[in-house]
Amino acid sequence: MTTRTVPTPTSIFEKSSPGRIACNIPVAETPSVDLNEAIGETRDSVPWPEIGELELVRHFTNLSQINYGIDTGFYPLGSCTMKYNPRINELTAGMKGFTKLHPMQPAETATGALKVIIAVEKFLKEITGFDEITQQPVAGAHGELTCLMMIKAYHDFRGEGEKRNVVLVPDSAHGTNPASAARCGYKVKTVHTDDEGNTDIEALKALLDDSVAAFMVTNPSTLGLFEPRIKQVCDMVHKAGGQVFCDGANMNAMVGVTRPGDHGFDCMHLNLHKTFSTPHGGGGPGCGAIGLMSHLEPFMPGPVVKQDEMGIPILDTERPMSIGRVSSFFGQFLMAVRALTYLSAYGRDGLPEIARHAVLNANYIKARLKDVLPAAHNRPCMHECILTAKQYKAGGVRALDISKRLIDKGYHPPTNYFPLIVPECMMIEPTETESKETLDAFCDAMIEICEEAVSNPELLTSAPTTQIVGRLNEAAAVKKLDVKWQPPREEATV
Amino acid sequence: MSVPADLKYTKSHEWLKVDGDTVTIGITDHAQSELGDVVYVDLPEAGRAVQVGDSFGSVESVKTVSDLYAPVSGEVTEVNGALAAQSELVNSDPHGEGWMVKVKMDNASQLDSLLDAAAYEKEIA
Repeated sequence: MTTRTVPTPTSIFEKSSPGRIACNIPVAETPSVDLNEAIGETRDSVPWPEIGELELVRHFTNLSQINYGIDTGFYPLGSCTMKYNPRINELTAGMKGFTKLHPMQPAETATGALKVIIAVEKFLKEITGFDEITQQPVAGAHGELTCLMMIKAYHDFRGEGEKRNVVLVPDSAHGTNPASAARCGYKVKTVHTDDEGNTDIEALKALLDDSVAAFMVTNPSTLGLFEPRIKQVCDMVHKAGGQVFCDGANMNAMVGVTRPGDHGFDCMHLNLHKTFSTPHGGGGPGCGAIGLMSHLEPFMPGPVVKQDEMGIPILDTERPMSIGRVSSFFGQFLMAVRALTYLSAYGRDGLPEIARHAVLNANYIKARLKDVLPAAHNRPCMHECILTAKQYKAGGVRALDISKRLIDKGYHPPTNYFPLIVPECMMIEPTETESKETLDAFCDAMIEICEEAVSNPELLTSAPTTQIVGRLNEAAAVKKLDVKWQPPREEATV
Repeated sequence: MSVPADLKYTKSHEWLKVDGDTVTIGITDHAQSELGDVVYVDLPEAGRAVQVGDSFGSVESVKTVSDLYAPVSGEVTEVNGALAAQSELVNSDPHGEGWMVKVKMDNASQLDSLLDAAAYEKEIA
């Protein structure tokens, strides 16, 4: 058993010393109030950290240095598109004209910002092939939910809302798909995937009837495979009176190359924070922009930004059939600024390179790891490769152990155990922004780990050993949630 | 992987122990191994009618939430209350203390379509 060498950092509360302070408060022009008097017992009951400025700076700088992010290393988390976010995005998003906007100021005084929204929508319409775009949803799952709410309004309007109470979801779907459907009041039925990794056409046929409101399809699927019969699938659902939603989490594989709007989808969501390089992780803010065909337009969330005959941006607020707002104002506006910067920097000719390089990188990893971690399906993958570690299971090593060992080698682990239909699944998405040298170093580490899995499995099952915490008890983390620092109890000190 | 010979099995990885017209139902050793540490088990109340093939509850593990499917139709007569506080019993003793519900069958002939131990072993091989 290897012992850990990294000391556990102390919390800011433990560094506290009474009376220390990290800021000089300006001389007040109003009568001063004694803090202790003002908040009295609260101050005693809550252990405020009291710390000097230098100690404060060191505390957070040291914490930031034990963080792992795309700026510090390769981040192959599948289905997440952890691509590099170009710095120029921050430059434009930081421009005063954008940051000093007030959400409550009249629209006619913010036409520049509205033009940004229109410009992003123009790009996204061209890239996706949809008639309309809205950037109101603030997360991918929020975009899914918004699409389903529009579909529900559409069926209601046609007088079929009551009988169409089922949403079909593939067995490989992101968990948010059935969750969004259930949140919308739908009954969820599962469509099986065939041995090739495609929608099982016979299984779909058996489920299609006039109770089906929609089929939610991720394309490329979460198996990292393009659905070759997507047009046929959409046609079948339409023939039965249902709508087809595209989960656009995997749009990175298609940008500038093929368009979901041309495949037969009625609506889709995009993650600007994945595909279009607005920051991802750290809880957002995100943008789950959605695209929709014109028959769903009356139901889309309002207000909608439009242009008058002079090209001046105006707000269309007269939308009686709209599902209503799905967020305050226009969603996360600065995400639109970042996405526009990214889209403009690539331009029409550059955008297809995103998808081409993302797909090439994933296939390179798949090919280099084929002997130690074979692909779940033997055909070219899209922007991510889905591998299986099942050959190591008999020796007591699971996919999770390989991932934990990868931490010791200095990499963020890929997604594990998703999609659920692949045993001992490892889902690797390198994105287009990684160099061949980085991909090679990662593959070397993976091959080394797989050799260790046979020669010295304990290295894997006891990993990680190089971090401030070792193997975490995941069940306890769920069942005994402990996220609040408590002052040590006096009786505990010996 | 333990596959006791005296139990019947489903393709969705439930096991059944038949005792007269009542069956005890749980999830298999293979299922718990695939799910990983179980953190919550959602079970129906006693008295509820279940239809064969319908979801009657779910198991949440550190990896995923999985539905439990009724292998027979009937009425739930008893629920394993111990799992509320000790969901880990599903991992440590899936075919014993980790049992989930007892169902009084409407139609014992539904048992004929279930897998025996040998067939289930083939299924998970």
